Amino acid sequence: MLRKLVILGVAAGVLGLGLFWFLTIPATVPANALAPRTPDLANGKTMFYAGGCISCHAVNKDEPTRLGGGLGLKSPFGTFYVPNISPDPKDGIGGWTEAQFVTAMTKGTSPDGAHYFPAFPYTSYQRIAFDDLRDLFAHIKALPAVQGRVRGHDVPFPFNVRRSLGGWKLLFLDGEKFKPDPSKSAAWNRGAYLVNGPGHCAECHSPRNILGGIVTSQRFAGGPNPEGEGWVPNITQKGLGKWSEKDIAYLLETGSTPDGDSVGGAMAPVIRNTSQLSQDDRAAMAMYLKSLPPVDDPPRPKKQEAK
Amino acid sequence: MLIRIALAAALVAVGVSAVVAQQDPIAARKALMKLNGQHGAALSKILKGEEPFDAAKVEAGFAQWADTAAKFSALFPDSSKTGETRAAAAIWTDRAGFDAAVAKFAKDVADNRAKAATLDGLKAAMPIIGKNCSDCHQAFRNPS
Repeated sequence: MLRKLVILGVAAGVLGLGLFWFLTIPATVPANALAPRTPDLANGKTMFYAGGCISCHAVNKDEPTRLGGGLGLKSPFGTFYVPNISPDPKDGIGGWTEAQFVTAMTKGTSPDGAHYFPAFPYTSYQRIAFDDLRDLFAHIKALPAVQGRVRGHDVPFPFNVRRSLGGWKLLFLDGEKFKPDPSKSAAWNRGAYLVNGPGHCAECHSPRNILGGIVTSQRFAGGPNPEGEGWVPNITQKGLGKWSEKDIAYLLETGSTPDGDSVGGAMAPVIRNTSQLSQDDRAAMAMYLKSLPPVDDPPRPKKQEAK
Repeated sequence: MLIRIALAAALVAVGVSAVVAQQDPIAARKALMKLNGQHGAALSKILKGEEPFDAAKVEAGFAQWADTAAKFSALFPDSSKTGETRAAAAIWTDRAGFDAAVAKFAKDVADNRAKAATLDGLKAAMPIIGKNCSDCHQAFRNPS
């Protein structure tokens, strides 16, 4: 009897492991999903700045086209070191195929078939249209190659077990593209696309649960700064109710708030990207953000941070 | 006589503000930043097309920023690291960098003050001034 139980237990374990293995296989986009096409470099540049690539990947803020990476992103799960995505064939992504790039951006899977950590915001980037991603890839490939491989992440066990990220993806990576709302204007839909897809605004402007996934019901309601101290503001109408669309667009252009403050912190690099977009795109983002229904802030921890 | 009184009053005012600054540099620098923002917001309204161009407002803004730039570095003595402040530790660990940032702000304000006397000039000048604000806030101000 005991023997049978043990056998049953082992069998269940093997089955469970097999199931886990199966469910956590890193997904890819096959090359044949991408029909031949000539990239639109101007659109690629727009996607580059809408995506805020330079905020994390540029070697420093004054050399926005040198994507050698190296920045350390602190998080509750450890420190992530941003990789080199310059077109260097050895240390960057110069040797990647289009399909590998699209796979990385939408599935969070590396060319060698490993899960990326979601510090790389593929939960937002998955919404980007394939054509926009291909244009973006063409733009990045035309930037200067930067040598130097970035060090590995400093992430302790158990978070360093990459396979388990497959489970995380089952929970938080839905694989959906952006779906336009036909009842809204083209500008609103453009704004919704830029904010939720390339712009990945919600990645910082939302609270996260203990697994590090965005709390859907509080999307855009702000939350603790994922990179450390401080608080990221609520950008629903609870937080921006007094702002006009023009105020929001002006912030994205200049970094200046209606009361004359100039945003710093992690938002300063964002502005360096959004300031490069067209007026129309910033206005579209503003229109969409202005339409977000008010959502209360997540509860703030009591003042306990040491100065 | 009137002039003397005015002069004396001005001297007292300068003296008082210097004393205030010495006594409470955090309050003094916050007050300057608040004024900077108020002037910046006024000029932003012009650039957003919400208010007509007004050369006097522009000049007042640049005068305020020049005043801030002249006073600012001295308002961060070692004694003012802690308290009700978002001043980042980098101000003291990278003092040369901070002072250079303030000096660059002073230079950009001086270089663009006359150029900003027209709407087109203001449009060209504000991003240059604003870059100082955001760069410095990124490097030397803690998140709220």
